[in-house]
Amino acid sequence: MTSDSVIYASGLSLTFETNDGPVHALRDVDLEISKGDFVSFIGPSGCGKTTFLRVMADLEAPTGGSVTVNGVSPREARLARAYGYVFQAAGLYPWRTIGGNIRLPLEIMGYDKAQQVERVARTLELVDLEGFEKKFPWQLSGGMQQRASIARALAFDADLLLMDEPFGALDEIVRDHLNEQLLALWDQTGKTICFVTHSIPEAVFLSTKIVVMSPRPGRVTDVIDSPLPRERPLEIRDTQAFWDIAHRVREGLRAGHGDA
Amino acid sequence: MRSFVPVLTVLLVLLGLWWAAVAPMNLRTALDVAERAGETVEPEGSVARREAGTLRLMLDNSQHVATGYSLDRPRLPTPAQVGAELWKTTGSMIQRGRAFSKRSLIYHSWITLQSTLWGFFLGTSLGIIGAVAIVYSRVAEMSLLPWAIISQTIPIVALAPMIIVLSNQVGIEGRGVPKAIISAYLCYFPVLVSMVKGLRSPQTAELDLLKTYNASGWQSFAKLRLPASVPYLFVALKVGIAAALVGAIVGELPTGAISGLGARILIGDQFGTPLAIWSALFAAAILAGVLVTLLDILQRLVLGRMGLRA
Repeated sequence: MTSDSVIYASGLSLTFETNDGPVHALRDVDLEISKGDFVSFIGPSGCGKTTFLRVMADLEAPTGGSVTVNGVSPREARLARAYGYVFQAAGLYPWRTIGGNIRLPLEIMGYDKAQQVERVARTLELVDLEGFEKKFPWQLSGGMQQRASIARALAFDADLLLMDEPFGALDEIVRDHLNEQLLALWDQTGKTICFVTHSIPEAVFLSTKIVVMSPRPGRVTDVIDSPLPRERPLEIRDTQAFWDIAHRVREGLRAGHGDA
Repeated sequence: MRSFVPVLTVLLVLLGLWWAAVAPMNLRTALDVAERAGETVEPEGSVARREAGTLRLMLDNSQHVATGYSLDRPRLPTPAQVGAELWKTTGSMIQRGRAFSKRSLIYHSWITLQSTLWGFFLGTSLGIIGAVAIVYSRVAEMSLLPWAIISQTIPIVALAPMIIVLSNQVGIEGRGVPKAIISAYLCYFPVLVSMVKGLRSPQTAELDLLKTYNASGWQSFAKLRLPASVPYLFVALKVGIAAALVGAIVGELPTGAISGLGARILIGDQFGTPLAIWSALFAAAILAGVLVTLLDILQRLVLGRMGLRA
């Protein structure tokens, strides 16, 4: 475990006890994520990628092994408000305006009024939603709602962003646009991002590190360090390097299926 | 406004049915009146007519059917009679500057309304507090909810006299407090049930989000559960205020009260003046309509401000 590692998991296991017997959501997962990484977790349904994210966020408790977030336990990290979490559904409160939704964590964490105003304005600009502060969620498209939910996770000072298939419910065109924006945002803020996805192109386009997982039991089959540069225009998806990585991800996914 | 015509049609049909029902309902009284006035009635004598069918009597005495529409003490008054009585005891009283005389339904409505509002306030508060307790404590849920359900299976007419006797015994003067308690007894339940549902309406993801912020219990109540329950609350309030009004009226029945809409109904029954009963009933219905409409307007305002569409 190096000094700049944000996530350090070793032998991490999580078994859910259900009426149909135990379900091994995670088994013996070893993983290290460094500061500033953009890490994608990819794999079929039931491979434990969301569970792993929830363990990091202290929304699930592991049943074996160890994991640290910023060098401390996930619980301590949560209590220190060390991460922002973006859920699959935008989950904006319908009775709060977009500004009000972004203000929610700030109110809870006790930022003063001036800070709240300043941060709401800054994060709205970051996700390209200036002028929508006073709108209610239902007045925005699905993509804009998801951007607002990202803004909500960026509003407070967490260096770690955990994103659980945030663009899963959006169409391809909107998704491309949001992917570009997310990369720009990552570049501007220098945050560490853990990103769960089903999409191979999305994972390859976004990540500096791709974690390929396989189901039953959920485990890591491959960890790919991407050779792509930090600066990534959409056209990078037509290069040979991009396809090589995509190919390796696909191989990893297939291997995971083969011995399952 | 497209719904105006169908709504009006239904209203007219109801009034028509009512008006048509007056003839058979008042027939026997009308025949008695006619016979006393020396007219020929077939068959003679009210005892003999008791054996005859209503339809037969109507066919044999068709010239007297109209009398049933202008009786002083009709079994079933006509819509016009009820309207006239309502006007006599409300609008006309205002014109004569006697809106709060004891003969005015405005006065009696006001008496009932006071108990209703106290009961509504009390019942709503109890319902909300109970719901919060149930949502936050498993013990409260297991110990409170069954009693709340059992409480609603006891007929209020059986319970009302006991509440009055009890409050007399503990030294509470007047009828206001027991009436408010009876009213609250009917009102709290819909609020309780609806608020439990409303406070539990946030999804797991919404609660998880607050957990990631390390929000306190109070914060997740104030910022998530409470606002999420507001639409449910308004549905409950509208049911609750109507129940509170029924409670206040029922509370007036067994007390020997002389003021209040319930008292008017009771007195009308004892003195054989159905018109008084009917106009009190309509006054109660109008009062309920006004209260529910006010809450509906409040609901639109509040939910509109919250960005929620009612």
